[in-house]
Amino acid sequence: MNITAILKLVPDLVEELEIDDKGTGLDMDWLRLIINEFDDHAVEEAILLKERSEAEVTVIAPDAEGVDDVLYTAAAKGAEKLIKLTGDFEDGVNNHALARAVAHVLQNIQTDLILTGVQAHNDLDGSLGPLLAEYLHIPYAGYVSSVELNNGNAVIKKEYPGGLIGEYEVQLQAVLGIQAAEEPPRYVAVSKVRMAMKSATIEELEVGELDLSGGPEISRMFQPEVAERATMISGDDEEIASQLVEIFKEIGVL
Amino acid sequence: MNQDIYTVVEHLQGQVSDISYSMLSAARALANFTGGNVIAVLLGHNVEGLTRNLAADHVLYIDDPKLAEFTTDAYLKALAQLIGEKQPRAVLFGNTSIGADLASVLSVRLALPLTYSCQSISENGQLTSQICGGKIMAETPLSDLTTLITIIPGGYKPEEGQTTVSPPVTRLESPSLDDLRVWLKQYFEPEAGDVDISKEPILISVGRGISNEDNIELAEELAEALGGVVCASRPVVDLGWLPTSRMVGKSGQKVKPKLYLTMGISGAPEHVEGIADSEMIIAINSDPTAPIFDFAKYGVEIDLFDLVDVLIEKVEEAKG
Ligand SMILES: Cc1cc2nc3c(=O)[nH]c(=O)nc-3n(C[C@H](O)[C@H](O)[C@H](O)COP(=O)(O)OP(=O)(O)OC[C@H]3O[C@@H](n4cnc5c(N)ncnc54)[C@H](O)[C@@H]3O)c2cc1C
Ligand SMILES: Nc1ncnc2c1ncn2[C@@H]1O[C@H](COP(=O)(O)O)[C@@H](O)[C@H]1O
Repeated sequence: MNITAILKLVPDLVEELEIDDKGTGLDMDWLRLIINEFDDHAVEEAILLKERSEAEVTVIAPDAEGVDDVLYTAAAKGAEKLIKLTGDFEDGVNNHALARAVAHVLQNIQTDLILTGVQAHNDLDGSLGPLLAEYLHIPYAGYVSSVELNNGNAVIKKEYPGGLIGEYEVQLQAVLGIQAAEEPPRYVAVSKVRMAMKSATIEELEVGELDLSGGPEISRMFQPEVAERATMISGDDEEIASQLVEIFKEIGVL
Repeated sequence: MNQDIYTVVEHLQGQVSDISYSMLSAARALANFTGGNVIAVLLGHNVEGLTRNLAADHVLYIDDPKLAEFTTDAYLKALAQLIGEKQPRAVLFGNTSIGADLASVLSVRLALPLTYSCQSISENGQLTSQICGGKIMAETPLSDLTTLITIIPGGYKPEEGQTTVSPPVTRLESPSLDDLRVWLKQYFEPEAGDVDISKEPILISVGRGISNEDNIELAEELAEALGGVVCASRPVVDLGWLPTSRMVGKSGQKVKPKLYLTMGISGAPEHVEGIADSEMIIAINSDPTAPIFDFAKYGVEIDLFDLVDVLIEKVEEAKG
């Protein structure tokens, strides 16, 4: 059994985001990139499956600043093979283009199951998983929070609103969009990542010129203007607490 | 190509989901721009009754036993044929467990443009999407091709997509739904928790900013002082710090308390989806740009650990 996890880096939302001069994209100079949190769950689910069923795990990521560290971290968690897609990824890339590039690469990699995060917060032209599945002509299911392997099929749990869960059987080869791994993504110590840097190698695959068709045609990007922002309560901790207590009294919870 | 706006109706276990009505309201806004009709598309088996309250000019209903429950494969086959044949101006999906599984695949299968996470539609047909956890908006135009759009909850109110006048229904032949590769085995109903947070009047809600499991205790103490209960954002539940029954938002519960006090919650769209009916939202967050402050009535920009102990003290004092 070969499992492939696909991950990408996204802007860290804790940092301030700036719009570029054209007003149609994020200013990449100011971005700090981190792993898409749902891709982190996809990697974790791949590793959990490997531990239960002796699968081999390959992790693929498009090039971005900091991606080597993220790939080595996946190796430290137990991934066998690391692949970095190189090409014109610098200015960001739409999901249609990325899915096509990944689909192309996967034609030469033997894999039974492909896991990726159910979405990324900057998805604008669809999510990577379902786009990829269709380029590969294989089935897709998203919002997945559990995967088991059973006679060449995957048995998955798919989440619906309010906590309802559907259990599905999915024929492999398939792509699954992971919402949450069965366990929280494991923590690996920096020393283990350093060891992985020495023992693991990142294979670089040049994907050639990216075909950007199918991507979004953004006419304007902006920070939302808010109708009414919260009234901010300020002061030292004592003053703030007293003001909050006054509000609690006013609304009758105290 | 015609100017109609199609809406793929989502339903689960015999009930039309609220997002379907929100989508119909969005579809009306778009149809006002294109000059076409609002068409609801219902897939299912023996569910014609679900069309009753749909605020659509017309319903297209495909009935097939293989469409009785949502599966990606069967829905995709039926929709690919319908959209390919009718070529409406746009097709709306929910940005949900159902719609998000469909829209991207169809974008590739039918080579059609897709705009994700649309929150509002302007009078001139511009689609405004919310991305980056609510921190950024992106505008895309309606394409000349059939445009696929996923609609997020929160932009359009479900009440505006409901009617008491049943729309006319046309039944369509289902395409052959053989060679499916995804099968529903069973549903698991949500586990009941020790408390039902959707009915609690005072909620102290903790997010990833609470930092570790031991600190949940702090929130418990504050909740106890106020006579409320603790609930959480999704990451806190995924980390195993609180049970699923305490999760608020898209995949959790919708709550409607008198007081919703958040600590260390950023206010991601998937979270705020569950708190719109709260009477009073107060947010504590150390990041002044956190989107939660756009939804809260009152906000405090502070490290929550600098405030909670004092706040518990003051609450106890006030109770005398
Ligand atoms: C399909 C889908 C469904 C989802 N469903 C849900 C759902 O039902 N419910 C849900 O909540 N999420 C849901 N999510 C996840 C959602 O996208 C966000 O990832 C999540 O809501 C973020 O949780 P958070 O605010 O706790 O964490 P973060 O976004 O990481 O925010 C933590 C916040 O804490 C603040 N903070 C940190 N330290 C401190 C401190 N010491 N004092 C004060 N503030 C501090 C930070 O400034 C930050 O704003 C879903 C996602 C997807 C893709
Ligand atoms: N778990 C499964 N594995 C393989 N094929 C299945 C599975 N479940 C259903 N099928 C196929 O799907 C068809 C419809 O199944 P059902 O919906 O269970 O009546 C059957 O003819 C089976 O061949």
